[in-house]
Amino acid sequence: MAAPVLSETNSAASTVRKLTIGKALNLGLRAAMEADPKVIMMGEDVGKLGGVFRITDGLQKDFGEHRVLDTPLAESGIIGTAVGLAVRGFRPVCEIQFDGFIFPGFDQIVSQVAKLQARTQGRQRMPIVIRVPFGGGIGAVEHHSESPESYFAHTAGLRVVSCSNAVDAYWMIQQAVRCDDPVLFFEPKRLYHSGNMKAEVDTAATPDPLFSSRVVRQGAAVTLVSYGPSVKVCLDAATAAEEEGRSLEVIDLRTLSPLDLAPVFESVRRTGRLVVVTEAPSESSLSSEIAARVQRECFYSLEAPIMRVTGFDVPYPPAKLEEHFLPDLDRVLHTVDQSLAF
Amino acid sequence: MSSPDEWTHPVPGEGPPATAAAPTAERVIAGLRATSEGGEDLVQLLTPEGERVPNERFDRYIADVTDEDIRGLYRDMVLVRRADRESNALQRQGQLGIWVPLLGQEAAQIGVGRAMRHTDMAFPSYREHGVAWCKGITPQQLLGIFRGTDNGGWDSAATRFHPYTIVIGNQVLNAAGYAMGQRFEGKVGDDSDGTAEATVCFFGDGATSQGDVHEGFVWASVYDAPLVFFCQNNQWAISEPTERQSRLPLYQRARGYGFPGIRVDGNDVLATLAVSRWALDECRHGNGPILIEAFTYRMDAHTTTDDPTRYRLSDEVETWKLKDPLERVRVHLIRHEMADDAFFEQVQAESDQMAAELRDYCFNMPDPPVRQMFDNVYSEPHPYLEAQRDEYVDYVAGFAGGEH
Ligand SMILES: Cc1ncc(C[n+]2csc(CCOP(=O)(O)OP(=O)(O)O)c2C)c(N)n1
Ligand SMILES: [Mg+2]
Repeated sequence: MAAPVLSETNSAASTVRKLTIGKALNLGLRAAMEADPKVIMMGEDVGKLGGVFRITDGLQKDFGEHRVLDTPLAESGIIGTAVGLAVRGFRPVCEIQFDGFIFPGFDQIVSQVAKLQARTQGRQRMPIVIRVPFGGGIGAVEHHSESPESYFAHTAGLRVVSCSNAVDAYWMIQQAVRCDDPVLFFEPKRLYHSGNMKAEVDTAATPDPLFSSRVVRQGAAVTLVSYGPSVKVCLDAATAAEEEGRSLEVIDLRTLSPLDLAPVFESVRRTGRLVVVTEAPSESSLSSEIAARVQRECFYSLEAPIMRVTGFDVPYPPAKLEEHFLPDLDRVLHTVDQSLAF
Repeated sequence: MSSPDEWTHPVPGEGPPATAAAPTAERVIAGLRATSEGGEDLVQLLTPEGERVPNERFDRYIADVTDEDIRGLYRDMVLVRRADRESNALQRQGQLGIWVPLLGQEAAQIGVGRAMRHTDMAFPSYREHGVAWCKGITPQQLLGIFRGTDNGGWDSAATRFHPYTIVIGNQVLNAAGYAMGQRFEGKVGDDSDGTAEATVCFFGDGATSQGDVHEGFVWASVYDAPLVFFCQNNQWAISEPTERQSRLPLYQRARGYGFPGIRVDGNDVLATLAVSRWALDECRHGNGPILIEAFTYRMDAHTTTDDPTRYRLSDEVETWKLKDPLERVRVHLIRHEMADDAFFEQVQAESDQMAAELRDYCFNMPDPPVRQMFDNVYSEPHPYLEAQRDEYVDYVAGFAGGEH
């Protein structure tokens, strides 16, 4: 299923290409559109401009204005019409320009997207993907740095995933488009164009199943669990900890609803210690959910209380304060120390 | 911290060129026609060439405007433009995270801003630096939002200028509620002693698609709220031209909701002043709401992170340069000997000084204290949050050098 664009730019034989997360998403979306003519993109500025982050760059030019829609400026409209298009047999991929702008579409997501399958006893499928660039660290103004994923994980009928690297970005977006359930797809916006995050993506490889978690670094002392942009923070923390002689295991959840906690249970049974890291605030969140389930499954293995490093329970602060809000390497290591010292 | 330029733009030279942005010849022609002509209903009192055109309906609303007043409007526009350009430059120099340019929309904003009384309330979106100016908010007070030190540094009750609203459309409903309150408190109807009030809410052409805006139209009309919907149609919502939002001219939307809509030349400060005075007057007397579509143009990028060359042609910008809102007033003042060289020199000097002060202020803005993000989330004590704050403030203090 290698996309033609690859063979144009690469030597004909190679299916491997070094990509940023943003470019991997772009190629993944392109592959999804090539694979199924019912796949359409819709959102604000996704056509001519290619999206404010350029994730849909070039797609309107190649697939036309009927498959890549620069919609009127209304998120409820984007999601609501995606529902109708899905009823008509399309597979809409909606882009929400920034995390903080999903809320005008919240009603349609919770009331229609999430519930139509159950309401129709399965007669109506809802194969909609809602892409959300999320998280902070980009020095932006209000509403551009939020982590609203827990609202959606809390809502029955929605699947929620988040990619943390280019390989997953390329595959997960295609898998999400093929999924017959609605998928909220959270993308780590501050890493989109990061040269450091470039990775070799083999477009002929066989990806892991979409709704599966993965150990991304093995370790013995403490388990770190995260997703999206915070996975990199955890990996950096693990590298730093290793230099100080502590071995941290890092798990990338990838799927937030349903949660795939089997690798987490297995890990915590070995390490006895768990630190959950999210940019999202802590109250009534995914991190609370993970803690609740792990303590139930791994109670007798735990050597320390499950700890969390999260954004604070405040509105996302002005940019000059965001380094304080966001979990960083120091806070993660500080909490690891607390866990080990318990 | 990475700059917004880095995150919105891929590394130069990577990925395909922006060919998707090139429109067809037909679309260019259609686009130009659609975006530079206001149509026959456009209210214009001063042509782009600086000629005063008589207008039976609206002349009376500026009959009292003296030469000095016109010089004042010109001065306002020069200063507001200068503050805008200076702030844009400050972003380029890394002093601001982002800037939202006002360039080209000075007349629309000064016209309505100077039509408002102090007691009239304003609900801005995020580009209303000119209205802020008229409300007595200094260019300095706007900087915190864009430097990332706060979310707006002014007292909105005292200035009657609500905080900037970034979520498109939200403020329109908020404004409708405020205006309903003005009505409920008896501030509408009798203006014989000059104490009647009205509200103006600001939004763009793109925003007119948002549900909140339509609901705002419904609420304001059902409650006869003294609300002026002031839509600056600057022809673009980031990369989308107005035709992506509406089949019919935006001011005509009002009719469907049961109140008047009018299109004014938003590059004509006299026309905007006159039409806004009329609309505010109607609202204060209980004949609101009213929709004003100020037909104007976003001369610069959407924000400093945007690259408009990907979606619009420079010809279009050139066409609009000929309709510059400042230039026509300058020509008018000169041609009719309403201002001498000394006046223009003085405005120039004033604007230089203001720009220098603005720069100086910006370079010396302190970072906010860590506590700021925990404060004022609630008005009453919140133990869980206070515990988070205390723990974190202690943690930060534990680093050498304390809070940084
Ligand atoms: C609810 C919401 N969705 C998307 C955005 C992102 N966004 C910011 S400005 C903008 C375009 C607004 O265009 P318009 O209303 O014409 O105002 P202008 O910026 O031209 O003044 C968009 C899509 C937003 N701020 N809020
Ligand atoms: Mg606009």
